Amino acid sequence: MKNIDSYTHLRGESVYLDDIPVWNGTLYAAVFDSPIAHGVIRSLDFRAAAAAPDVYRIITAADIPGDNQIGGIVPDEELLASTHVHFCGMPIALVIARSDEAARAALKKIIVEFDPLPVITDPREAKEKNELIIPPRTFQLGDTAKAWSQCVHIFEGRADTNGQEHLYIETQGAYAVPQEHGTIRIYSSTQGPTAVQRTAARVLGIPMNKIEVDTTRLGGGFGGKEDQATTWGVLCALACALTQKPVKYSLHRMEDMRMTGKRHPYSADYKIGLSSEGKILAYEATFYQNAGAAADLSPAVMERTLFHCTNAYFIPNVKATAYSCRTHLPPNTAFRGFGGPQGMFVIEAAIAKAATAIGIPAWQLQQKNLLETGDEFPYGQKAESEASACWEAAEKAFAIKQTAEDIKVFNASNAFTKKGMAVMPICFGISFTKTLMNQARSLVHVYTDGSIGISTGAVEMGQGVNTKMLQVAATVFSVDASRIRVNSTNTYRIANTSPTAASAAADLNGKATEIACHAILHRLKQVAASHFSVTPELIEIKNETVYANGVATEWDWNKLAGMAYIQRVSLSEHAHYTPPGIHYDATVEKGHPFAYHVYGTAIITTTVDCIRGTYTFDSVKVVHDFGTSMNTLIDTGQCEGGIVQGIGWMTMEEIVYDSNGKLRSNALSTYKVPDIYSAPGEIIIEPLKTDKDNLAIFRSKAVGEPPLMYGIAAYFALRNAILAFHPGADIPYDAPMTPEKVLMSLYSTK
Amino acid sequence: MRGTLRDICCHNGWCFNGSIIVTLSVNTLTLIQFILNNETIATSLPPGTVLLDFIRYHQHLHGTKIGCREGDCGACTVLVGEHVNGAVHYQSMTSCLMAIGNAHTKHIVTVEGINTDGLTPVQQAMADEGATQCGFCTPGFVISLTGFCLSSEATGTEKAIASIDGNICRCTGYKSIERAAARTTAILAGCTEEDRLNFLVRNKIVPGYFSGIKERLQQLQSMVSTRRLPDLAATQERPRVLGGGTDLYVQQHSEMTYAPIEFLFDHPELTAIQQENNTCLIGPSVTVSDLMASPVITTALPSFHQYAKLVSSTPIRNMATLAGNFINASPIGDFTIMFLALDAQLVFTMQQQQRTVPLRSLYKGYKQLDKSPEETIQQIRFELPGANTLFHFEKVSKRTHLDIASVNSAIRLEMNGNEIEEAGLSAGGVGPVPMYLAKSSSFLKGKTVTVELVEELITVMKTEISPISDVRGSKAYKTLLLPQLIKAHFMTLFPALAAQYTAMRNQG
Repeated sequence: MKNIDSYTHLRGESVYLDDIPVWNGTLYAAVFDSPIAHGVIRSLDFRAAAAAPDVYRIITAADIPGDNQIGGIVPDEELLASTHVHFCGMPIALVIARSDEAARAALKKIIVEFDPLPVITDPREAKEKNELIIPPRTFQLGDTAKAWSQCVHIFEGRADTNGQEHLYIETQGAYAVPQEHGTIRIYSSTQGPTAVQRTAARVLGIPMNKIEVDTTRLGGGFGGKEDQATTWGVLCALACALTQKPVKYSLHRMEDMRMTGKRHPYSADYKIGLSSEGKILAYEATFYQNAGAAADLSPAVMERTLFHCTNAYFIPNVKATAYSCRTHLPPNTAFRGFGGPQGMFVIEAAIAKAATAIGIPAWQLQQKNLLETGDEFPYGQKAESEASACWEAAEKAFAIKQTAEDIKVFNASNAFTKKGMAVMPICFGISFTKTLMNQARSLVHVYTDGSIGISTGAVEMGQGVNTKMLQVAATVFSVDASRIRVNSTNTYRIANTSPTAASAAADLNGKATEIACHAILHRLKQVAASHFSVTPELIEIKNETVYANGVATEWDWNKLAGMAYIQRVSLSEHAHYTPPGIHYDATVEKGHPFAYHVYGTAIITTTVDCIRGTYTFDSVKVVHDFGTSMNTLIDTGQCEGGIVQGIGWMTMEEIVYDSNGKLRSNALSTYKVPDIYSAPGEIIIEPLKTDKDNLAIFRSKAVGEPPLMYGIAAYFALRNAILAFHPGADIPYDAPMTPEKVLMSLYSTK
Repeated sequence: MRGTLRDICCHNGWCFNGSIIVTLSVNTLTLIQFILNNETIATSLPPGTVLLDFIRYHQHLHGTKIGCREGDCGACTVLVGEHVNGAVHYQSMTSCLMAIGNAHTKHIVTVEGINTDGLTPVQQAMADEGATQCGFCTPGFVISLTGFCLSSEATGTEKAIASIDGNICRCTGYKSIERAAARTTAILAGCTEEDRLNFLVRNKIVPGYFSGIKERLQQLQSMVSTRRLPDLAATQERPRVLGGGTDLYVQQHSEMTYAPIEFLFDHPELTAIQQENNTCLIGPSVTVSDLMASPVITTALPSFHQYAKLVSSTPIRNMATLAGNFINASPIGDFTIMFLALDAQLVFTMQQQQRTVPLRSLYKGYKQLDKSPEETIQQIRFELPGANTLFHFEKVSKRTHLDIASVNSAIRLEMNGNEIEEAGLSAGGVGPVPMYLAKSSSFLKGKTVTVELVEELITVMKTEISPISDVRGSKAYKTLLLPQLIKAHFMTLFPALAAQYTAMRNQG
C-alpha cells in the first residue's frame, strides 16, 4: 500500500504549518537571539524596535506569567534568557508585529550589551571543568580489569563523531490561536504534541487542559522536532496569551540552524582486547557527549550510547562510561539513532584499528564476534539475535568475501583510483529506554455510515505511520482502506502522548489501534450474532461482508455499523497499550529495556579519486531484519532514506562552530546534505526471511532509526580505500570523512 | 564605493548577477503582468517582490514551499515559460530568488498549474515508487520533472535526473526518486519534438490550457509594450540593475522588495552570444544555461557542459548570469576562474565612454574591482580556443554538485607540438581574489610537458598563492589540493603524462 498522503503530497495539497490559513488579525513573531555564546545581559534597549512600524509588542522573560522553564528532563533551560545567555542563538526576546517582515525588521533595532563569560565548546574541556549535565553513568559486564591479562592483542585509541543538522526541509514553526475561556490552540510542527502542551501550560501557569496542540504532519523531523519544537510552540502560546491575538512564527532557515540543537558530537576513548583467534574479550570506552548548554534530551541520548556501545557483538567483559558535558553550544538533541550511532562508531573504530594492526580485514573480526541468541548485553538483556542470520544472508546474496577479492584486483590495477569496502552489522533496541514512555493510546470511531476515524498519539512526518495505522484498522475490520481516515494528532483527542520517536510510534500506537479495533469488532460481532442467532465466535467479517457460520449474509459493513448504533452499542473505543515485559533499573544499570532488537548487515563500497580526494559510493547492499514487513514500499523507503542520511553524517555533513561558539555552517550553502548525485549508485535492500514472533505491530519491526547506522560503513569503506593507496596513512577516527580529510590522509606522512 | 557589491561569498558554487549596470533607460513598471498557471495576473505590487511570497501569501497557492530562501533546496521551484521564436520555452527556476518583475510577460507554473483530475503521469510515477515521504520537497520535484518533460532535452534518465539536480530531499535517499525519473523518461517514449506540447497534453502530463499559452503570452507582450510608462530616470536613488537576482535575493532579500530596480528581462540584445572571427562576444545578461546551449561555446569548448554541471544547479544556472559571476568577485567564482584562464576582456561603459578591462586585471583586492560604480558591463569577449588550444577546469568541493569550491582551477595551453607556446593558469580559493597565476603561466611558456615540468610549475605556483582556513577547508588542505588539481589538469590533457604518473606510482 502506498503512503496515504502521497496523493496530496504530489499535488502540493498537503497542509504543513505555514500552509494553515491565517485568521484575520494574526500577529507575527520573531525571536531576538543571543549573538554571543556565554555572558551576562547587562542591558537591553527595545526603544527603537518598539517604535518600528507595525510592531505590536516586545516580550521578554519578565512577561512570563508562569515558569520561565522549558527543560523536559532537567529543568535547566529558560524559554527566554532572563539574566544570562548560554549559547549563540538563545532566545532573549520575542518581537510581535503585524507582519512577518516588520517583526524581523524590528529585530535589527534591538540593542543589547553583555558582560561576556568564558566559552567552552569542547566536551573534554567541559568534563575537566566538571561541567556535567547529569552524573556520569557506567555500564558493566564481566570484569575488564581481569580480562586484559587474557588478551593477546590490546589496542587503545580515540574516536570522534561530529554533530548533524537535521535539515528537515520544513523549518520549525507554530501558530497559536486564542480560544474561549482562556484556552489556546497551538498548531505546532512537533513530534511531541504533549511536550508542547505540558510546557506551554507550565510557562503560562495554566492547567494542561487549557492547551490544545494540533499537528497534522511535519515536513520532516528526524528527532529535531521531538523536544526542540517546543520552544516555538510555547513562544507563540505566550504571545497569544499576552495579546489575545493569533500569533504565528515560521522560522527562516538560518534562524532554525542557528537556534536549534543538532545530533550530539561525541569524543571517546576506547580500549579493546582480543584473543589470538580474534575473539573480543574486553572492551572499555569513555564517551564525552557534547550536550550543549542545557540538558534537553541529552541524558537519554547518552544512555542509548551506552546501550549500543557494543553494537551487534558479544563481548564478555565491558565497561563503558559516559559523560554528558555542558558546553556553550545550542542544546543538542534527538536525531535518528539517538546516541546509538555515536556509540557504534567507537566500537567499529576499535575493531578497525585492531584489524589493521593484526593485518586482517575488519569484516573477519566483525563476523567472528556477532551476537548469538542468549548472549548477554552489557545491560543485562539476553539477545534474540538475528545478527549471524543477517550476515550469512548478506554473504549469500552479496558475496562479501568475493567483493573483497574483486576490490583487491581492482586496486592492484588502478594507480590513482582505489576502491574500499566495509561491512556494518547493526543491532538496535526498540523501545523508549525510559520505560514509562512506552505507552500509547488510540481512539477509533466507526460512524453510522460505516466510515472510520482514527486518532492516535503518533505524528506523521513522512515515515508513513498514518498509513500503518490505517492498515491496522483495515486489516482488523477487513474493510476497504478508503473507509478510513487518520486524523491529526491532537492533545484534546489523545492525551499524555509520548513523542513520535525511538522508532516506536507504529508499534505503540498501532498496537493501541489494534486493541481499539478488536474491541469494536467484538461488539459488532455480538450484534450480528444476536441477529443471525449464532454465537459471536461464528461471526466473521471478510471484505466488508458479514459471515455467519462461514456463510455470507446479506449484512455488509455499513449495515452492521448502522444496526449497532440502533441497538445502542458503542461504535467507539479508546484503547491503551504498553508493551509487556520491559523494565530497567538504572541503579544497577540492568534490566530488559527493549521489546526487541532490529538487526541487519550492510556492505558499502566506495571509489576514491586519489588525485583529488573525492569519492563516490558505488553500492550499499543490505540484508535487513524487517520481521515481517507490513508495508514494503514504506519500509524500504525508510531504509534507503536512513542509509543516505547516515552516509551524509559520515561524509559531507560537517557542522562547524568557531571557538566563540558561533555556527559557521549556518546555511544550506555551507552545510551540505546529500543531493541526488551523492546518493550511492545502487542501494539493494533484501529482507531477512524470518517468521519468528516479536512484539512489533503485525510482527513488522520498527524501521525508522536502525538503517541510519548502516551509513557508518561509509566511513570505514573510505578508510579502506585510502589504506589501499597509502598503507601507512594517518587516518584519524574522526567523522565526517570529508574530501578534505580524505586528501589529507591520502598524502599524510606519519 | 561599490554600492551593490557584497562582501559575502556566493552561494551554490556560483556567484550571481547583482551588480551589472547596463546603460538602459529605466522603465519603471507600475503594472506587472504575467500568467500564473491558467490565470492572467496584473499586479501593482513592487516589482522587487519575491515571486515565492507572491505565490504563497498573495495568491495563496501553498504547493510551492519555502525551504531555504537561498536557492539551495529547490522546494520553491517553479517553471518559467518564455515566448521566444514562436514557441514557449520553459525553464525551472527557484521562486525564492526571483522578483515578480522578472516574471513579467512570462508563464509561471506552480504545482497547482499542472494538477489535473487524479495524478499526472509524473506524479503517478512518484507515487508508485514511494518517492514522496514527508512530502515537503515533493512539489519541487514534480515541477522539475514536469519541466524536463517540457524541455527539448527530454531524453534519457540521465537528463531527467539532471533536471532535479537542484532539489534536495532529506527523507527518501533519492533512489525512489531516480526510479520515478526513469519511469518519467519511459512515459515520454514516442514523443517527438514537433509534437511535444500536444503529446504532453494528450497524455495529461500538463493540462490542456498549456496549448493556449503561446497565444496568450503573445497577446500579453503586445499589450504590455503599449503600456510602458515614460522613463523615470530622475529617481534619487541609483536603481539596482537586476539580472537573475540569484545573488541579490540571497544577500539582500528584504531590501530588494522596495528597491528601485532596473530589469534586464526584455532586452534581447543583452542576451546574445556571437562569434566574430575568432572572438566570442557575450552579452551581460547571458545566463549559464544560455552558454551551455550555445553552439559557439560548445564547439570551442567541448567540455564546457561538463564543467558547468559542477556549478550550482539547473534552476540556478537558468537564472544566473556570467557577468554577475565576474562582478561578484568571489575568490572562488567558478566561471571567473575559467574565464581568467581564457583571458576574457570586459567592455565597460559609462556615459557613452567605453573602456576594455582584462578580467585578469579586474580584481584589486578582496571584493575590490577596477571599476567605478557608474561603469557597467556592456560585453564580455574572449578568443575562442583553436585546434591547438587545450583547456581544462577542475573543482573540488565538499559536495561535488551544488556546492561552492574549496579550490578550483582552470588552464589554457596553446600548443605547438609538444611545446607550450602560451599558457593561462588560474585558481580560486587560494587568495583574496580569483587568481590569475601570472608567474606560473609565464613559467610554462616555451616548455615541453613532462612530469618534472609539472613539479616545477607547482613550486612556482606556491609562491603566488596565499590560502586561508575557512568553512570550505583549512589552509593546509587548500595548499595540498591546488597542486593536485594542477596535476589533474596535466593528467587529463596529456594521457601520456598520466601513464607516466601511473608508472611512477606503481614503481613506488
